[in-house]
Amino acid sequence: MTPIAHSPHAHAQVSVSQVMATVMLALTPATLFGFWLYGWPAINLWVVALTVALVSEAATLKIMGRPVRGALLDGSGLLTAWLLALSLPPWAPWWLAAVGSLFAVVIGKQIFGGLGQNLFNPAMAARVMLLISFPLEMTTWIAPLPLTSATAPGFLEGLAITFAGLPPADGISSATLLGHVKTELGRDIGLAQALSGFYDPAGFAIGQRAGSLGETSAILLLIGGLALIARRIITWHIPVSMLAGVALPALLFNLIAPERYPGLDYHLLSGALILGAFFIATDPVSSPNSVSGQLVFGLGCGLLTWIIRTWGGYPEGVAFAVMLMNAGTPVIDRYFKPRIYGRDRKGVALNPVKEGAK
Amino acid sequence: MKLFKLRGGVHPSGHKDLSAEPPIRVLPLPNVLYVPLQQHIGAPARHLVSVGEKVNKGQLLAASQGMVSAPVHAPTSGRVIAIGDFPGPHPSGLEMPTLTIEADGDERWIDTEPPSNPFALSPEEIALRVGAAGIVGLGGAAFPAAVKLNLSRNSEVHTLIMNGGECEPYLTCDDRLMRERASQIVEGIRLIAHATGASEILVGIEANKPEAIAAMRAASVASPVKVVQVPAMYPMGSEKQMIQVLTGQEVPAGGRAADIGVLVHNVGTAYAVQQALCLGRPLVSRIVTVSGGAIMAPGNLEAPIGALAADLVRACGGLRIDAARLVLGGPMMGTQLSSLDVPLVKGSSGVLALTRAEVEHTRPGPCIRCSSCVRACPMGLLPLEMAARIRVGDPAGAVDWGLKDCIACGSCSYVCPSHIPLVHYFNHAKGDLAARERLKMKNEATKKLADERSERMARIVREREEAARQRAAKKAAADAAKKAAAEAVAAAAKQKPEEVTA
Repeated sequence: MTPIAHSPHAHAQVSVSQVMATVMLALTPATLFGFWLYGWPAINLWVVALTVALVSEAATLKIMGRPVRGALLDGSGLLTAWLLALSLPPWAPWWLAAVGSLFAVVIGKQIFGGLGQNLFNPAMAARVMLLISFPLEMTTWIAPLPLTSATAPGFLEGLAITFAGLPPADGISSATLLGHVKTELGRDIGLAQALSGFYDPAGFAIGQRAGSLGETSAILLLIGGLALIARRIITWHIPVSMLAGVALPALLFNLIAPERYPGLDYHLLSGALILGAFFIATDPVSSPNSVSGQLVFGLGCGLLTWIIRTWGGYPEGVAFAVMLMNAGTPVIDRYFKPRIYGRDRKGVALNPVKEGAK
Repeated sequence: MKLFKLRGGVHPSGHKDLSAEPPIRVLPLPNVLYVPLQQHIGAPARHLVSVGEKVNKGQLLAASQGMVSAPVHAPTSGRVIAIGDFPGPHPSGLEMPTLTIEADGDERWIDTEPPSNPFALSPEEIALRVGAAGIVGLGGAAFPAAVKLNLSRNSEVHTLIMNGGECEPYLTCDDRLMRERASQIVEGIRLIAHATGASEILVGIEANKPEAIAAMRAASVASPVKVVQVPAMYPMGSEKQMIQVLTGQEVPAGGRAADIGVLVHNVGTAYAVQQALCLGRPLVSRIVTVSGGAIMAPGNLEAPIGALAADLVRACGGLRIDAARLVLGGPMMGTQLSSLDVPLVKGSSGVLALTRAEVEHTRPGPCIRCSSCVRACPMGLLPLEMAARIRVGDPAGAVDWGLKDCIACGSCSYVCPSHIPLVHYFNHAKGDLAARERLKMKNEATKKLADERSERMARIVREREEAARQRAAKKAAADAAKKAAAEAVAAAAKQKPEEVTA
């Protein structure tokens, strides 16, 4: 006799691995652009991050006596490592990616109980850990050196840079826009002077700038993010509110003191904002589950990002902002619930209304 | 007409084309019919016939008992050959009280006495006749229709909504009925409206049934019945959602549609009302969709109540391939059948034989909190939060998150990428809560009895002690008296010698 099955006896054609695969597909254009922009070392770093994630996840599951196959095949570990790799300096040493991946998958996710149980976004937790523990390696940026250019490192040289710590040639290392502006403002140099020759909005939109492996091309990330919204993997609420959370104070303060506070386009096009808004803050596990909660969460992520960038010790604040709001998710979930049919916002049953009584 | 917005909902593939085109066929009369006494919400009917008795089609077999119940009538003419237990249309396949009737093939009706003009009847009389005809909600819930009519008359219903949503995939029985018998349905609708005094009459039909909408519109020309096209989505055919989309109002939590002056009936019920009032025929048959990828020739059958699901499948050419799952009703809310040898009841809208590809069962994975279920829930609930509470054995916590407002429509389970059987969780928790409630009541009753007993025992002890004390007091008094008497005697005796000496 067949076991009793419960309704519904039909199911939509969706699965977790399909969701993860779609997100990875959406990341692919920006990732390939990063590979092209920063050459072989970037590719090596990405491979290391993903490999370590797979191996360490399998080992952890084995040690904990949990089924390995299913959890490994759902693609969540790979996606975490992928996002982490995109947020690392492209020519970082291999061990930075390895330690980060290990931390993200084992401590960020499996220790909490595996997929769906973690409070913090694993990739961001790992990035913050690396930034605090290895500040030098995590802030050594290089200027774009496309794979097709003559001076780009070859395959072997790439391996040496990633695995043997070959220092980059002179003139290659560079500062990010956010870091540069923070330093200059700290030296009481006006914004116009700090930005001149360093900031070109069109080039930044395409991604021609120093920065993390996969966060530079605002346009490609935006295309991927919009594709996720179109495929209904994510909704617009968190990305839009997060961008608004950065945009509103940026506009306001830029209006008040344009020499001290950079404008809207500067904030939107620099750092990890687009990647964060569409791919990181939208992590379902660590974000709220109601529409109103998501709007609050996104707005909080945006505001905190702007505050950290503007007044914080670090030039970039996306990872910190997302983690801080992750910590607030359970509280947001408690207070921002959808209104239930037949009840008011407080959960009290609606009064019967008669047409005659109106 | 202006429609109102619904929340949530899903768009499962309809599979309606499988069975929507062929006209309704009459099921060849089976030799034996199995008529369960419980085909409705409420108390089972009490049988009035005995084994060996000859019955005519439409004859009362079992009377309703209690406030919420419905009578059962003979689906054909023949002989009662057994009164006993037979597997019911339930996932468990457990047996239930059933009358078995051997058909004589004559289909001889009882003498029907339809009123010359049913619209001249009083609302009370209409409700009485609807109740006597054994009519229950044919949309699936099988709530006795007369009870609903009386209830709505008492609470001044102003809007009658006829549900032609039929949002369940595969099912096309209402669609076919509306296409083929629209004038009878409209007459039945007007009778229900007459019985309730509703002034506004709306028929909501999903946009994926254009032929049914056209037929119903044609049949309701120059009548107060207004046919409204509503968006095709699941669960549009749920009472609460149909009310919301047509009126913009919500049924208060824990309340009834009548609380906001609305009465909802299924279009199939309207047809049954028309048959009962205009022809005097009780509810002894219904339209059933037989469909699914494993059925040779899907379609709709007009089948007598009590026909076996196997009879219906056979009439549709049998099974093409082995069915991975048999379902009674629609795939979203229907129940699994353990076998096809169970009878059709009044609320059975479909018999589905689904293939492995159609049911596509995947093992559940962990919840990734993607909120797909939150977006799908038409009630504004947080299925993932309720499931998280239930998973750790806290159904009361799930109630705080709205478990009691869940209509078990299955939208959340349908969209879950981790294939978590959420509705199963919720029904389990509802059952658990009901069991706890019963246990609590039982405990309270036991405690009351125990308290009463200990009080009784204490009283007995008290009374015994009292009696003993009284006995002792009596004895003491008697002793005292005796002693006094003896002393008196002694005293007297003492005095005597004195007297003597004196």
